[in-house]
Amino acid sequence: MDFGLSEEQELLQETVRGYLANECPPSRQREIFDAGSGYDEALWRGLAEMGLTGLAIPEVYGGAELEVLDLALTCEVLGEFGFPSPFLGHVMAASALAAGGDSDQQARWLPGLADGSQIATVALCESNSAWAPQTWACRLSGETLSGSKCFVPHADAADLLLVGVEGGRLALVETSAAGVAMESGEGVDRSRPVFRVDFDGAPCVPLADDPRIAGRLCDVGRVLVSADAFGAATHLVEETVEYAKTREQFGQKIGQFQAVKHQLARLALDIEPSRALFWYAAYAVDHLPEDGTRAAALAKSHISDRAMEAARAVVELHGGYGFTWECDVQMGFKRLMFDRAFLGSPDRLREHCADLAGW
Amino acid sequence: MDLEYTEEYKQYREQVRDFLEGWPLQGEEANLSEDEQAALFRERGIRAGFVCRNVPAEYGGAGQAPDALKDAIVRDEFYAAGAPGDSISQGAGLLVPTLLDFGTDAQKKRFIPLAISDRERWCQGYSEPGSGSDLASLQCRARRDGDDYLLSGQKIWTSNAREADWMFGLFRTDPDASKHAGITYLLVDMKSPGIEVRPLKGMTGGMEFNEVFFDEVRVPSENIVGREGEGWAVSRATLIHERNLIASPTMMRDTFNDLVDLARRTIIDGRPALEDLGVRRRLVEIEGYVRTGETSNMLQFTASVRGEPLKAMRPMMMAKLYSTDTMQRIVRCAYDLLGAEAMYSPAPEDVAGWARNATSTGWVEAYMFSLGPAIAGGASNIQLNIIGERGYGLPRDPRPPEA
Repeated sequence: MDFGLSEEQELLQETVRGYLANECPPSRQREIFDAGSGYDEALWRGLAEMGLTGLAIPEVYGGAELEVLDLALTCEVLGEFGFPSPFLGHVMAASALAAGGDSDQQARWLPGLADGSQIATVALCESNSAWAPQTWACRLSGETLSGSKCFVPHADAADLLLVGVEGGRLALVETSAAGVAMESGEGVDRSRPVFRVDFDGAPCVPLADDPRIAGRLCDVGRVLVSADAFGAATHLVEETVEYAKTREQFGQKIGQFQAVKHQLARLALDIEPSRALFWYAAYAVDHLPEDGTRAAALAKSHISDRAMEAARAVVELHGGYGFTWECDVQMGFKRLMFDRAFLGSPDRLREHCADLAGW
Repeated sequence: MDLEYTEEYKQYREQVRDFLEGWPLQGEEANLSEDEQAALFRERGIRAGFVCRNVPAEYGGAGQAPDALKDAIVRDEFYAAGAPGDSISQGAGLLVPTLLDFGTDAQKKRFIPLAISDRERWCQGYSEPGSGSDLASLQCRARRDGDDYLLSGQKIWTSNAREADWMFGLFRTDPDASKHAGITYLLVDMKSPGIEVRPLKGMTGGMEFNEVFFDEVRVPSENIVGREGEGWAVSRATLIHERNLIASPTMMRDTFNDLVDLARRTIIDGRPALEDLGVRRRLVEIEGYVRTGETSNMLQFTASVRGEPLKAMRPMMMAKLYSTDTMQRIVRCAYDLLGAEAMYSPAPEDVAGWARNATSTGWVEAYMFSLGPAIAGGASNIQLNIIGERGYGLPRDPRPPEA
């Protein structure tokens, strides 16, 4: 019975943090954010060289064969830095393929996904916030796929799409295939741009007809988004604490005013303890099948909700400067707008949790 | 991370469960008073090595090797069985750990055995009418008189003072020293001449605490814990134990489960409230806090077991406030579910504190009672200062110059 990280896991976080601090300081983050691509080839190669792109891919295909918790710990750090990259969709797709693909499918794609030479993402949501597998309506006929998906992160950078189709199944589609068209979804989070993707008889490779594959995909995604939101919110709180230690008004540091100090303490109280909530959910998805789905939904609803509220307060705590495009707070704020909505809003996930509890 | 228990600990849990077959007491023992049954079973638990595991045998404990995981298994199993294990009374829960850290050998031998069995009752004499959050401003005097001290002044919010045999408390021995330096931690026999206890009723109608008045009360100097003038440091240790007692994730989870039961049996417009979308969302939102409290507690626990408590410093500082905030979220939701029944007064059987909230009036009591823990052991605003200043290094409040 041990609820803590291994030395390797602590090292993983330190390594990623060190890399991002060097290679993606706020100035670089800002350049990519303003450009709106959410992608930088050199930085992606950097992640790949650290082995992050293949973190949850089996060793035989060149991955590190680690667990959801290791992915989540990585996402936490990416969230801290508001790191622009297709990592989320990539590792979601890769871990679904690793868990539910047949050996031909795995041998064909996993090595390229593991070493980062190919990028994957997930196309799940349809209109009206339909994230849940049972609501997917994209049609599969034989080995072609038709229908539309929205809020597909980094579709333009991706080589491979993992698409949710009717019956809660999943199918792989190469973005270069005929019958695939995409347009920008004009997303608010420029570190992870989203796209609308239309499929018109596009050739595809369906995964096995097993609802557990899509179920696990959603669970893994929710855990990773929780971790990202935790990292982003933690960074915003820490950054605002530093601001409150330097900014002076009425002749003293504003952090000395209890109105500010207590508000910051309350934000920290809302965020910091929930680190354990996403750790637990990550562990549960791999090891506690009876609780994994619910733990992931609970963590996502709780953390993304608290984090978004914290980001709103953080803007206010920065005063007029916080409201500007120039202030870095807006990047974390928008990161959290993505995290809160992606894979289900807090309210919808809470309904899901209530159903799963048998209430 | 591994939430499985190893074989050794699985077996240990079985041993604890086997022992707990002996509770509740049977035959003639079942006719003893409730207190007597608890003391008897507790003493058996000590002999079996399950109760007071960390108190050395020479002071009446089980003297087991420290093992936080075994502590946790015992706590969970005793709780599930409703059996009296380690007491969380003021004596066993607060005084004993303090004496183990700071007491003399004679004090430990004299006081610990009777405190852990609750055969001797203790109360805590800290707060005064003029010294609440600013505890170190306390004025209750202890004047040296030969080998003794003479106590004069008043304490307040003293739970159990009428039942208590002894008080541990803070008294000002040196009014000229700086605020924190003039304070001494003393053990006071509540039967001493010159002590007057006046009951003070809580807003729930129960959970009475007291005012305690001292008029030239004689205390031998051998009853100092730590040295004269070092009482503040000694009391800090007790306060940490008190906050740990308040921050109980098990209590949060149990109360939350009671809330779900309440939603199930509350009928709104002909349907159980539990079927209402808004109620379902609100329950899961609250559960987010409960689950966070539980998992964060596991994280803090592991950090302690690994000997790396600093890694969990912030969540540890937050545990008390997180717990009392969460409890208040639970009772507010219950209160809303009660509808017009929220106008009832708590029944006499409800007012014993966190009674299980099986009835509407029990929830009415809990709605009010939950404010108590938020105030006791450092009120919420004080906790926010601690988190902001010590947890995040924000500048300290400006302090007026000391008188």
